[in-house]
Amino acid sequence: MLPIDHVIGLSAVLFTIGTVGALTRRNLIVMLMSIELMLNAANLAFVGFNRIWAANPEGSALDGQIFVLMVVTVAAAEIAIGLGMVIALVRNRDSMNVEDHSVLKW
Amino acid sequence: MTIEVVLFYALAALAVFGALAMLLFVREVVASAMGLAVTMVSLAGIYLLLEAHLIAALQIIVYAGAILVLFLFVIMLFDPNNDDFDRADPPQIAIKVAGIAAALMLGVAIAGVVSAGLPDAGELPEGFGGFRDIGLQLFTAYVIPVEAAGLLLLAAMVGAVVLAKQRID
Amino acid sequence: MVEDAVAEPLLRWIPLLPMLSAVLHAVLLGVLRRPLAPGAVVAISCGTPLLSLLCTGVAFSSLIALPGGGGFLLDPAYTWIGGGLGAAAFSADLSFQLDALSGVMALVVSVAGFAIHVYSAGYMRADARDDRGFQRFFCYLNFLLSAMLVLVLADNLLMMFLGWQGVALCSYLLIGFWYGEAENAYAGSKAFIANCVGDLGLLVGILLLFWSLSEAGAPTISFRGIEAAFADIAERTLRLPGAGGHEVLLVDVIGLCFLLGACGKSAQFPLHVWLPDAMVAPTPASALIHAATMVTAGVYLVCRLSFLFAAAPAASTVIAWVGGLTALFAAMIAISQRDIKQVLAYSTMSQLGFMFLAAGCGAYAAAMFHVVTHAFFMALLFLAAGAVSLVLHHEQDLFRMGALSKRLPKVRVMMLVGVFAIAGAPGLSGFFSRGEILVATFSSELTGHRVLYWMGVLTSLLTSFYAYRMYFLVFEGESHVEREVRARLQEPGNVLLGPLYAFAVLSVLGGYMGLSQFWGDMIGIDRSDSLGNFVRTVVVSGARDGLSAGTEWRFVATAVAAWALGAAGAWWLYVRNPAVVERVTGSLATLGHVLSNGLFIDVLYERVIVRPLVVLSDRVLYRGVELRLIDGLAVNGTARSIWLLAHRVLRLPHSGMTQGYLFLMLIGMLGILLYLVG
Repeated sequence: MLPIDHVIGLSAVLFTIGTVGALTRRNLIVMLMSIELMLNAANLAFVGFNRIWAANPEGSALDGQIFVLMVVTVAAAEIAIGLGMVIALVRNRDSMNVEDHSVLKW
Repeated sequence: MTIEVVLFYALAALAVFGALAMLLFVREVVASAMGLAVTMVSLAGIYLLLEAHLIAALQIIVYAGAILVLFLFVIMLFDPNNDDFDRADPPQIAIKVAGIAAALMLGVAIAGVVSAGLPDAGELPEGFGGFRDIGLQLFTAYVIPVEAAGLLLLAAMVGAVVLAKQRID
Repeated sequence: MVEDAVAEPLLRWIPLLPMLSAVLHAVLLGVLRRPLAPGAVVAISCGTPLLSLLCTGVAFSSLIALPGGGGFLLDPAYTWIGGGLGAAAFSADLSFQLDALSGVMALVVSVAGFAIHVYSAGYMRADARDDRGFQRFFCYLNFLLSAMLVLVLADNLLMMFLGWQGVALCSYLLIGFWYGEAENAYAGSKAFIANCVGDLGLLVGILLLFWSLSEAGAPTISFRGIEAAFADIAERTLRLPGAGGHEVLLVDVIGLCFLLGACGKSAQFPLHVWLPDAMVAPTPASALIHAATMVTAGVYLVCRLSFLFAAAPAASTVIAWVGGLTALFAAMIAISQRDIKQVLAYSTMSQLGFMFLAAGCGAYAAAMFHVVTHAFFMALLFLAAGAVSLVLHHEQDLFRMGALSKRLPKVRVMMLVGVFAIAGAPGLSGFFSRGEILVATFSSELTGHRVLYWMGVLTSLLTSFYAYRMYFLVFEGESHVEREVRARLQEPGNVLLGPLYAFAVLSVLGGYMGLSQFWGDMIGIDRSDSLGNFVRTVVVSGARDGLSAGTEWRFVATAVAAWALGAAGAWWLYVRNPAVVERVTGSLATLGHVLSNGLFIDVLYERVIVRPLVVLSDRVLYRGVELRLIDGLAVNGTARSIWLLAHRVLRLPHSGMTQGYLFLMLIGMLGILLYLVG
């Protein structure tokens, strides 16, 4: 039997790495990748917790896994839009550095 | 220690390695993407160990397949060796602040997990996690979220087309 | 008293007809901006009061035809405010009632109103200072007549208040009719404000009355209802705050509140200040508002609520004294005035004082009698004065007239009739009605009724004096009129003279409507259906017991002596020895100055009330509260502090750097996480 708390711990570690990536890397694509990593970490936590509920003698549940499906959907949509935006931005400013796209304050 | 547990730790190490590679390959974006691919595949393995067969399959198909390929497409579209890609290393102060915040978050999360005292994974009922079960759930109890997700995908598709076509001034 | 109301749907048309005409004019002038031709204006504006007068006449004759005393006609047109069930049911209706009191008053108002409309048709055409003025004037005049009729015919206090405010509005509009001159607009505002002070009292009185009746379990404001339930509150006392535990009768308080309202409307001291200034209105309006109808509304109010005042001894005493004092000092001021309309204004005040005196003494029927006769002779005087000043090109100064009797013989005769009537020449209306009041004063049981009686006699003397003074200065003596004007003088047209004839006849004969028992027996007229007895079916009976013939004769002798003395004095001073006037005026310069300035009451108000109020408004409320506190601190301060907050603090995180926002989001997530875990 897998130690679920370690699964959750792994999820936390991956999430932290994703966060640091999203905060420090200046490359737009890498930032998006970091966000994907964070989503994956969350998915791992869902599946891990679902494993506990699946063994519940009073009736097993699948809600965690279904939630993961939703997250995957959202992630796919987000990447489609996010990469579209990256393409548009790079076309406009000829740069993939997030510091060159600091016009959000207006 | 069963073979399953050994496998889990091995896969976990691989996932962390992939993630760190993504984070630390500053000059090579393609290498970063490959690191992410490693993490995603190893996560698929962990899902299998957790008896989530459908999720494992989707992890490979959607993440390691579709999404990563999409990333690579975009990277290839522009010159990957352009100096502008990652012109400068992140400033030291930003790394420190982000590191502290992230470490804090990690500490809190792990402390939360430890203090919660999660039970071990028990015995699974017969035939758990089959595609059939999930499909039934999806199209009965979760039919409205499924429809909403479909709508979201449609909107994202339209949006991506519009964004990629137009030149924003 | 027989409580039988007879439905009479005709009543609503009495005020409605002039109102329709006023609305028509208002729409044509104000909305469509298409003035009618003067002929059409006259046809509509004089036609509707005539129809209204006919309606009043028909209704009045059917009132008289009712069997027994105390019957009345009722026209419940519409339930305005209504609610409640059973004993607590309350309703304020738009309903009109015609009983003896409101019938007499409505008849006077419609007769005087119609005549003055006709007179205006002639006067205003000769005096139109701008084209639209003509129709505008008739719009106001129709509206005034309508509001006055609402006031008179109202069957409850709320509706009466409606009419009361309506006439105040019209009076404001008519006084400021030639608003091009700032003085006129100022006079209009003054009248309105003085009336508002009184209206506050009236409103408080109405609310107090309604409150006490509600507490007694009979929430009503209709006059009949109040009278029926009045016994429940008649004995009630109030403990006034600050009166040291002294208890006063509730009805006294209510009565004093109503008195304040009546003082404002009827120009009694201390709210009389607006009436002299109101003389800047066109003369027909002055006649209608300030002589015949509007100013008598206060007296009408007191008579209408006579049952209340009869139970309020303190309030009645105050009324009598206010009336007596106003009568005396207004007559004194009238003597010193140079302006013919000012003389008449103060004379009106003085006569109204007599009415209040009568009402205070409990002789409500006598007060109403004087209202009627006063309406006739004062309208006559005003219209005659207007005719004189019109032919003299708006000359109103008495000392620039004189020797007009040959040039204006018809106007002279009319004026003379009016002067004789007001001065109390035996046999004319003023003699009978004022005699009634003086007798009632003498035989009442008020505090100081003897003093009041002799004040009244003195006032009669002064009245006679200033009336004849006015006549002599205008028509006799030497002429002070400019030569060119004098050469082209001619009598005004028949449109102007017709109403004068009508009022002259009424002034002569009006007195015989309300003869006292003494005079009835003397002349041989059956007085069982006299005005006094008729009105007494509604108001509280102030019927005096028959005095002995000797006493009556003494009253008559005193009154005749006062009249003769005043007339002779005026003749001696202004015709026989005009030089004496100048000497007397010279030696009594200070007194003359004080009198001609209306006892400086205006100046007193200006110093004591207006100026501190202006200073308070300007220094404290405007500069302090408005500019500093509200504008400065509350409005600009709020805006500035938010701007500062945004500029100094909230701006910082908005760097535009995506990862900065991400970092802030992380901080937030961390906070939530800590909250959930901790």
